[in-house]
Amino acid sequence: MATTLRAAPPAPARRRRGRSPYPGWFYLPAAVIYGVLFLVPTVASFYFALTRWTIFSSEFIGFDNFVQFFREPALTKGFVNTFIYAALTSGAKVVLGLALGMLLTSQILGRGYLRAVVFFPVLVSTVGVGITFQVLMNPSKGAINAALGFIGIDGPGWLVDPSIALLSVALVDVWKGVGLATLIYMAGIVSIPKEYYEAARVDGAGSWTLFRNVIFPLSWPATSTVVTLSLIGGLRSFDLIWSMTRGGPGFTSDVIASVIYKQYQAGFYGLSTAGNVILFIAVIAIVLPLTRLLARKEVEL
Amino acid sequence: MSSTVTPPTPSVAGTGPAPVPTTVPPAGRVGGARSALYRYGVGSLAIVVSVVVFLVPFAFILLTAAMDATQASEFRFAWPRNFQLWDNVVQVLQTRDYILVIAFINSVVLTLVSVTALVVLGSMVAFVLQRRVSRWTGLINFLVLTGLIMPPAIVPTIWVLQRFGLFATMPGLILVEIAFGLSFTILLFRAFISTIPKELDEAAVLDGAGPLRLFFRVVLPLLRPVMVTVILVQSVAVFNDFQNPLYFLPGDAGATVQLTLFNFQSQNLSSYNLLFTDILLITIPMLLLYLFFNRQIVAGLTSGAVKG
Repeated sequence: MATTLRAAPPAPARRRRGRSPYPGWFYLPAAVIYGVLFLVPTVASFYFALTRWTIFSSEFIGFDNFVQFFREPALTKGFVNTFIYAALTSGAKVVLGLALGMLLTSQILGRGYLRAVVFFPVLVSTVGVGITFQVLMNPSKGAINAALGFIGIDGPGWLVDPSIALLSVALVDVWKGVGLATLIYMAGIVSIPKEYYEAARVDGAGSWTLFRNVIFPLSWPATSTVVTLSLIGGLRSFDLIWSMTRGGPGFTSDVIASVIYKQYQAGFYGLSTAGNVILFIAVIAIVLPLTRLLARKEVEL
Repeated sequence: MSSTVTPPTPSVAGTGPAPVPTTVPPAGRVGGARSALYRYGVGSLAIVVSVVVFLVPFAFILLTAAMDATQASEFRFAWPRNFQLWDNVVQVLQTRDYILVIAFINSVVLTLVSVTALVVLGSMVAFVLQRRVSRWTGLINFLVLTGLIMPPAIVPTIWVLQRFGLFATMPGLILVEIAFGLSFTILLFRAFISTIPKELDEAAVLDGAGPLRLFFRVVLPLLRPVMVTVILVQSVAVFNDFQNPLYFLPGDAGATVQLTLFNFQSQNLSSYNLLFTDILLITIPMLLLYLFFNRQIVAGLTSGAVKG
């Protein structure tokens, strides 16, 4: 694919149109970098996933890597967790982003401050956020459980309890990412023509009706963007999980991306690449139908 | 439809009149006890919640960064017994022969070069892609979307980089960041370019401008609003990136700030004050960028991402 992109556009364009104001060679530098460092590895991964591979030599072993991936509980757990993590984080970002988006576009005290403070975590280093919350979520000494203890609640073991470690990381992911979702919703809500509000008001619509019939449906493009972006991000999420739990305790908070890294570190390049191919397939299987569904809903309005 | 009609739901109705989020809607619509209750009641509640949820973690970073090592290891949210922020900063910078200073330089070079390349190359592609429909347009659009959706194949990328002798080098990592960031950049630019009338191009061409002059002198300056968005989004992504440097730039010599932070965490768990000083230091560039561009973020996004 890379070669066709690189070679084809300039020649016919220049010959046919003389001096086109939109020359094909404008694609060239981007196409070379993208082709060599994204497309070639992506295509190559489908072959290397079927091999036992040390960077220098590869031996074809068929689907053994995939069989192993779904047979070892540690790897399967990462597969399941990826979907839980992505669904939870993107669901929470839609709900909270919409709520905050409405709140922060209304006439509310301290609106400028609130907008700034909600958005700021988006800009902070993920590793930094991970380390900070790892300390705050410390089960015995951490500030969160200290505060909970102060009001008489026995705080959970956040990152050390195998049953909730993944959820704790997802919670921090939402904390860090909700600002972007809010921003997208704010942009969507303010672009709703004000005639709709006025019409609803004349009809005597209550706040719930207004939300159900005006704000929610008319900010659907924003919902669509938030769902798609947060799912794409959630399915490949690595930085936060790796800096907070390294997939632990045990492998209970592993996701496909952390499995890929662990297998890479251990020198199982073929298996690591198989994990990558599984991640591709998971992403395509979820994101493509979903974007189509979201787009169809938009047309129906 | 005049403002004398009392809004039945002052809470949500207030969202309507605002043309852009940064401007305050006309004050005429706010009136009556309910809207005052909303404005001040819900507003104060939101401020209190935001302080607990968002400000306390940042205050915790700041306070811990100013503590001595003993107090920092208690993990408590407290005022530093010995306020030694400056000492900690000096100590962090000197750690392992100024590795953090080197990492800072590396991260800044990485961010500057790859974001500049993304802006130039991405806008060139977006311009031609939006303006000229040819039989390649469909394929190129497909490839752009693929790049946005598909996670990169990691070990095969290392394999390619090694073939070119670029593995574990800064130019290699820069090229990787460009390759992975192109799709989103192109989408943002393309959505914005579609709002620039084509007549402008034709006028420039009639005046004798070649493709290069047309693009760099006429079109590119008009892309300023979306360029700010692209620069901000990609700078944050590249500067804060952890996964790509971890894979493609291993070793201390070329470490980026995110890698040094991660290594600090793995190695000296005893000195949490230094760890948090490091977090504080590497947050400052992004904070400055944000303060600089705060107002333009929303404007850029409304004109780009959501419509696209």
